[in-house]
Amino acid sequence: MSEPPWTRTPTGDTGGRSSSAQAFPEDPISDNPASPAPSVPPESTKPKKVRAGDRIFQNLTTGAGIAIVALIGLIGLFLVIQAIPALQSDKVNFLFNHGWSTNDPDNMAFGIADLAEVTVATSVVALIIAMPISLGIALFLTQYAPAKLARPFAYIVDLLAAVPSIIFGLWGILVFAPAIEPFSQWVNDTFSWFPLFAPGNVQPNVRGTIFTAGIVLAVMILPIITSLSREVFERTPTAHIEGALALGATRWEVIRTTVLPFGKAGYVGASMLGLGRALGETIALAVILLIPQGRNFDWSVFDGGATFASKIAANYSEFNNPTSAGAYIAAGLVLFVLTFLVNFAARAIIAKKGD
Amino acid sequence: MSTTLERPAATPAFQQVSLRRKVKNGVATVLVWLSFLIAVVPLVWVLYTVVVNGVKRIPYSNWWSEDFGSVLPDEVGGGVLHAVIGTLLQGLVCAVIAVPVGMLVAIYLVEYGRGKLAKATTFMVDILSGVPSIVAALFIYALWITTLGLPRSGFAVSLALVLLMIPVVVRSSEEMLRIVPDDLREASYALGVPKWKTIMKIVLPTALSGIIGGIMMALARVMGETAPLLVLVGYSAYVNWNIFDGEQAALPLVMNNERATNSMDPGSVGFDRIWGAALTLVLIIAVINLLATVFSRLVAPKKK
Repeated sequence: MSEPPWTRTPTGDTGGRSSSAQAFPEDPISDNPASPAPSVPPESTKPKKVRAGDRIFQNLTTGAGIAIVALIGLIGLFLVIQAIPALQSDKVNFLFNHGWSTNDPDNMAFGIADLAEVTVATSVVALIIAMPISLGIALFLTQYAPAKLARPFAYIVDLLAAVPSIIFGLWGILVFAPAIEPFSQWVNDTFSWFPLFAPGNVQPNVRGTIFTAGIVLAVMILPIITSLSREVFERTPTAHIEGALALGATRWEVIRTTVLPFGKAGYVGASMLGLGRALGETIALAVILLIPQGRNFDWSVFDGGATFASKIAANYSEFNNPTSAGAYIAAGLVLFVLTFLVNFAARAIIAKKGD
Repeated sequence: MSTTLERPAATPAFQQVSLRRKVKNGVATVLVWLSFLIAVVPLVWVLYTVVVNGVKRIPYSNWWSEDFGSVLPDEVGGGVLHAVIGTLLQGLVCAVIAVPVGMLVAIYLVEYGRGKLAKATTFMVDILSGVPSIVAALFIYALWITTLGLPRSGFAVSLALVLLMIPVVVRSSEEMLRIVPDDLREASYALGVPKWKTIMKIVLPTALSGIIGGIMMALARVMGETAPLLVLVGYSAYVNWNIFDGEQAALPLVMNNERATNSMDPGSVGFDRIWGAALTLVLIIAVINLLATVFSRLVAPKKK
């Protein structure tokens, strides 16, 4: 293996290689000091001097990095500062009260319990629908789809993420909800004895419900869960797959014994990212969900209501008064903390897998 | 010869695949195919809805050259010029701020970032990409309108969009910068070119094609945002070129405004306006994506 010396990588420490190069004593030209010789001494005389351009550029980019870190802190800080006055004038418990009355700045009584419940309910419905489907799509794109079509197919799924959410919302309430109304009505009538499917608080309407909103939301988070799961599934070691194949496993058995165990953490992390997106989705839910009169959310998927985000979006007209706006900012702060925690957990799971 | 090998005297080591396993495999295949088809259905359905309902008004020239200021809510006519101007202006201003910052962060992460700060930055970019648009809007509201006392304006919307655009720009640029071969950097260093010049003249031009693609995608994404518009700017039915002052429309805002104030019955003026605006928005997003592809091709490093 007499590799010529010029195959050394330019960065590589030449120190290690020089000993092997000494195996050819009659080849001094290709050895270490040969070509760098003239240029090394001038460089080594003034190596520590950093050029002004370099310093400025490094500071600029590092500053941008610091700015990003500071930005997240600033978001939290400003939301807290703005929320405090409203929270102080809140007449009821902010976390556990179901009502929301902020019209009179001197007599505000608002709690996030109802918002939190509706937010969780829509997100959970969306996850229950989206998780198995996006698992199927990710498996399809990595294991089943013909190699040539896998990329265009993946692009089609990604297109779902490019559709503006207000279009999803309008489609959901104007087109999709009427189309599935017979089905929703049937489920509502047949299983009304079960609390989850009990007649909702926006009866007789079964369109602007958490049921519809959850399905539309599921469509919106499909591309997020799919694309990340796909990336993880693609990295399944070929040796594992071939090993399973050599043992006579069918295609499904290959997936169950190699791809799924390998990609499980990534899939869970991806689903949590989807959950984070679902928790914060605003306008689609504001368009779809009906606001019930009188009755609070009671854990039926045929209830209407408002999530954190849709509540804020639907009541932007109340923002003219800073104290009332503070109540909504407090709700936004809770949403920020919630999505922060979910995203944090998701990234932690994914990063752990990466190591 | 091969036939003798296929029929050994002893019991074959490989048994036939049992029916149960075959059925399981078949069911899995069907389910996996089905889940992909399920994902395609809503996409096709949504696009079909937008195109079929939206195409009614789009072809008329006044749709592109007039606003809704001079027509009654239930009167056929007018156009979305005011909203197109608002959407493009706000998107442009957002890009002017978000692109340099995002690219600097990406350069920092790829070329300089070491240690704790780099880790924290990566992490915060991830968190930022998960921040809901309504929270970004509330933050700008708290900063721009309540704290600084400035009026609602298109510029405030742009600032909120910057928060949403930066993480997308950082992620896509970072990915593109990382695939620039180290050989190029080292060849440049070997010629005595300083690091910053290497980045500006060698690394960035090489990655530029991919970066532009990512930026355009990010821009298309933020142009469809509605939540910041609701909180940070009022709707105006008239053309407003001034992004710093006064109410300014945008396409998502037109849709939301018509939804809230006008009839949504099929065939009504409000219905046509909503879907017309939706189709206009989808067209703008499509054109931007198309431009991204063209630009990427133009500046792509020549391959021999």
